[in-house]
Amino acid sequence: MSLARGLNRRSRRASLIGLVAVVVWAAWWFSRADDPSPWTETEIEILRSLWISSLPPLAPDPSNTVADDPRAAKLGQQLFFDQRLSGNGLIACATCHQPQRRFTDGRVKGQAIGTSKRNTPSIVGTAYSPWLYWDGRRDSLWSQALSPLEDPNEHNGTRMQYVRLIATDPGYRTAYEGLFGSIPDLSNRSRFPSVATPVGDSRSNTAWLAMTAEDRELVNKIFVNIGKSIAAYERLLMPGPSRFDAYVKAVLDRNVKAQQEMFNNDELMGLRLFIGKANCTQCHNGPLFTNYEFHNTGIISFPGEVPDKGRVAGVRSVRSNPFNCLSAYNDDSAKDCAELRFARNGPELIGAMRTPSLRNLEGTSPYMHKGQMATTAEILDHYNRAPLAMIGHNETKPLKLSRRELKQLETFLKSLAAPLVTPTKWLEPPANINARLVTLVGSAR
Amino acid sequence: MARDIRITSICLPSRPFFWCKTAFVLVLVLLAASMAKEIQAESADSRVWISQAGLFHVTYKSKLQPIVINRIHNWVLRVGSADGQPVTNADITVEGGMPAHDHGLPTLPRMTQSLGNGEYLLEGMRFHMNGYWEISITINAGGDRDTIIIPLEL
Repeated sequence: MSLARGLNRRSRRASLIGLVAVVVWAAWWFSRADDPSPWTETEIEILRSLWISSLPPLAPDPSNTVADDPRAAKLGQQLFFDQRLSGNGLIACATCHQPQRRFTDGRVKGQAIGTSKRNTPSIVGTAYSPWLYWDGRRDSLWSQALSPLEDPNEHNGTRMQYVRLIATDPGYRTAYEGLFGSIPDLSNRSRFPSVATPVGDSRSNTAWLAMTAEDRELVNKIFVNIGKSIAAYERLLMPGPSRFDAYVKAVLDRNVKAQQEMFNNDELMGLRLFIGKANCTQCHNGPLFTNYEFHNTGIISFPGEVPDKGRVAGVRSVRSNPFNCLSAYNDDSAKDCAELRFARNGPELIGAMRTPSLRNLEGTSPYMHKGQMATTAEILDHYNRAPLAMIGHNETKPLKLSRRELKQLETFLKSLAAPLVTPTKWLEPPANINARLVTLVGSAR
Repeated sequence: MARDIRITSICLPSRPFFWCKTAFVLVLVLLAASMAKEIQAESADSRVWISQAGLFHVTYKSKLQPIVINRIHNWVLRVGSADGQPVTNADITVEGGMPAHDHGLPTLPRMTQSLGNGEYLLEGMRFHMNGYWEISITINAGGDRDTIIIPLEL
């Protein structure tokens, strides 16, 4: 009897322990099912840092007093789409920076009056970058906007010609004077010739040198204000939230269902590689997937083409640029210009190019500074091998990823595609702009 | 019954209850200690760094708090001698980089101003990657020269 009671008690205790074990296991299982987030807290913070909602509001640009003036943006939009801003009347900024292609052109190298030296980079989100161009040879949106206008391969015009256009087109003149004050009379051709610039061919150069210092200064100021208006427009071009951003929000909300809806397993694994062993976030970090810095990643030149010096030449160019941050054309009297004053130069920047944002990857092929690569698969294969650089030193090391992993990365990168957040009215030629341009932009390939 | 379950699930009655409770408390103490360590790590920039030959004591304060990547900012360095006196006429050079990636800082930061009382303004600091950085500060003062390596995890 007592043996039976003892057995009974022991079995009751065993079943109680068993029950508790089952309850604990079930609780663990369900809590796991409620939050199957495959991410550690550190990883979640990395995801948050890449999230578009982590992008701070665009800082004011004290170097450009009209940077955030909607009237300047409107004028800038007109100038951006206007083919009259070129030597032959056929090239606008939008010829290469086409809104429907995320402000790129689908070509290996930019094609305007001639062929540009490099691939056309997107403008979207570049207002956040301290440096413009692949080699960072300009340090503000407005000073960047001026260079192609006088580049013989691009717009191939002269500043005198552009300034005269502003002064003679009634719409431009009114808009300009409302923003910057009155334009003096430029009709005297002996004082203000048809073409004149310090950077052009010998004819326009001679004409420029024949002008008085005051007149040259007057033309420079109006020319710079053209750049500042275009910059005000470009500041509006911003990427929109993508499926990746919706996934990150689901992770931050601990919303399992939404996470599964947003990402399949390959995309998830691709993202894990992206922030992990593929080392992508070393350069493609922050909400725009760029650190705005310069890196030599051993991108090989086309056969017969001299390797591009990259940032080493870019630093020299920006330091000597008459429209840089330290120039008198900067509207900010304080002229902090920390980026320019403390810009690095040295052998490690030979062949280094600016990290592009990955938010514009979809539909902006070909890629790299000379348009060397047509697909993301090619890019990933390149980084997996990390070949020796032709000049300078390739910072990256072989990743040794499997084909499956490369495919997962490629799949993940597609999740960054999204329409711009910028309202549509800014993404098309303004109504009053020459209709010929619409045809050109539409058919340019 | 409820008490039974609680005891069974945390501390099995077969083990001495006292030791179990002690272990539980110990775990809590360890947890608290690790959290305190993290808080201390965050305020690492108030720490005094001693130069390699022991000639100078340096503290730095970043004007950007917390230090994040991709933002140019300034630091204030306070330089003292080994006996704690402010060093007021130092010539300071700064370099840095990521040993794991074989590259330097993306900028060329410089000491631009002596703020007095052994404090110096260091302008142009910027980091462009998360990970382990080393900042090397070389101080020249009164014929003495010494270097300090400050580790920084971003």
